[in-house]
Amino acid sequence: MNTPLVELSKYAQAEVNLQLEAEEKITLMREMIRIRRFEEASLKYYNADKMGGFLHLYIGQESIAVGTVSLCGENDHIITAYRDHGHALAVGMGMNECMAELFGKATGCSKGKGGSMHFFAPDKNYWGGHGIVAGQTPLGIGLAYGIKYKGLTGASLCFLGDGAVNQGAFHESLNLAELWDLPVIYIIENNGYSMGTSQKRSSAFKGSLAQRGEAYGIAWESAKGHDIYEVRAKTKAALDRAHRENRPTILELATYRYQGHSVADANAKKYRTPEEIVHHKDNFDPLNVWKNQLMQENVLDEDTYRKIDSEAKAEARQAAEFAEQSPYPEISEITDDVYFEVDKKTNAGSQGRHFFHD
Amino acid sequence: MTLYRHALNRALDEELAHDDNVVIIGEEVAEYDGAYKVTEGLWKKWGDKRVVDAPISEAGFIGMGIGASMLGVRPVMELMFYSFAYVAFDQMINNAACVRYMSGGLINCPIVVRGPANGGTNVGATHSHTPENLFANMPGLKVVVPSNARDAYGLMKSAIRDNDPVYFMENTLLYGDPAAASELPEEEFTLPIGSAEVKRQGTDVSLIAHGRSVIVALEAAKQLQEEKGVDAEVVDLRSIRPLDEETILNSVVKTNRAVLIDENKPFCGVSSQIAATIQQEVFDDLDAPVLRVTSIDAPAIYSPPLEKEQIPNVGRVVEKVMQLG
Repeated sequence: MNTPLVELSKYAQAEVNLQLEAEEKITLMREMIRIRRFEEASLKYYNADKMGGFLHLYIGQESIAVGTVSLCGENDHIITAYRDHGHALAVGMGMNECMAELFGKATGCSKGKGGSMHFFAPDKNYWGGHGIVAGQTPLGIGLAYGIKYKGLTGASLCFLGDGAVNQGAFHESLNLAELWDLPVIYIIENNGYSMGTSQKRSSAFKGSLAQRGEAYGIAWESAKGHDIYEVRAKTKAALDRAHRENRPTILELATYRYQGHSVADANAKKYRTPEEIVHHKDNFDPLNVWKNQLMQENVLDEDTYRKIDSEAKAEARQAAEFAEQSPYPEISEITDDVYFEVDKKTNAGSQGRHFFHD
Repeated sequence: MTLYRHALNRALDEELAHDDNVVIIGEEVAEYDGAYKVTEGLWKKWGDKRVVDAPISEAGFIGMGIGASMLGVRPVMELMFYSFAYVAFDQMINNAACVRYMSGGLINCPIVVRGPANGGTNVGATHSHTPENLFANMPGLKVVVPSNARDAYGLMKSAIRDNDPVYFMENTLLYGDPAAASELPEEEFTLPIGSAEVKRQGTDVSLIAHGRSVIVALEAAKQLQEEKGVDAEVVDLRSIRPLDEETILNSVVKTNRAVLIDENKPFCGVSSQIAATIQQEVFDDLDAPVLRVTSIDAPAIYSPPLEKEQIPNVGRVVEKVMQLG
């Protein structure tokens, strides 16, 4: 492993980070490693034709999901786009149900009905998993509206990519968020590319993408995303704003994805140089940066790291075995989970014809 | 007699009282009292939390309502015109209709999106869409199109209490039309979604319609009786999805003839589905082909006298029935 060029985090002294126990810091390490190993296993089995469709990998961006989610409480809710595996594991979904979903199996988190882009766990305040770019951004203010309507102290953390900022739905959401004082935090995971188009070829902006918030009077911040201490420090400020003032924030976090937009991205190494990818891996890898930080703090040693890593690899391998051995859904189950009232066999679900195939 | 708009107003008012999670959101629904006065007086009675004016931002506020419904709020969203649904289409289809399925049944969206969906008011193609066929094409959605005040009242209450997304399509021409007014009892009641109703008994032909076309069919039936000696039965679908096929088929088995009256454009309109069902289920009972009266197949024309001819009207229905021979 290369020692990252970046200096040790100046955000280690942030109050929210000073509060961290050593064991909690190790947990952050473990969660990031678990995501990395899950994604690597996903790629392996995708390439072995075990799954269909798209596979948008989170490798390189792990510090953002893990850092932000680590601060969430009982009434904080998460929603994201289609690069959703990292957030899913960060909120506590199991590798088994996630991997089985990728395999299209009945034991998947969505019973094989959602696929890679559509993971959900409302019992863990995780509302997906959304395939249409920026389509989740109005839902994000909806969650915030619901939190506020019910009189709860909470926030909606709505993740989006840098490619989503030019969709109208996002701008409509920003207007409503500020107009109605909604406790939403828009977290732009800026990995530099909306599929194959770089930020400067896709977005008109001054300073940063988050700065667009100024037009709406929304508090904004642009920060680095590879340092989990920094992610936590910036997220904490936004959470405080949401919890104490019911006010929105746009938080843009610079990050980098090592893989293509999806595994089906044939040009993944054409719209950027191999040197650029290597530069990020060598210097800004969130796992390496955190490992280095914790070793300097004498919280982590190489043996512990290796143990965590081998456990994560084993967990991912076992998840693939679980997925492999699980059954596919039955054809008769295709029409389950369409209507609540039909599924629950209520009076409302028993009137008239709901399905029109022969 | 209670007008269609007042029946809706009463249903909304009662449901605001029935459940604290019900919130009305839309353009001009609060301080302005509703562009078509359906929500008149509700903001004054219920206040800012329960009746909320939204900016002109359909994708944003409809999507917001869908998100809030996932957390258990029960938003009743007004589209000033249902034609504006097209601005919010991604939210209404990809999110509201699909999220339950894609989550394997973990999430549901108890949302109502209501507003007028009709032609005939000389506002041109952009404001005259009848998208009930588009939305009924999507599993996960329910589509309700009431033709009179009583049905509008009872179905709106059921729509708000339903735990699936219900797209509730009204009609600006019916809001104040005495022909669509009803006697409403003092006591509250609901009507089940997915239940059609025979609005006029007859023996010679079944006129099968929804929304304002039911009013047209009833007038046509009267004229057919008086002028042609034809005794037409009128079936009001009331709900497009779920669909009460039993009532439709029972009527056709009784009369052996069907004319479908449908303000949709003909290609894959609601009547296309009804026609497919009739020929499949009761082919041997038919004495004539199933015919349709739909809108003339062009974007809605502005010109007032021509628009009357473009959408189904009494003259066109009578003429089509007489073609059956």
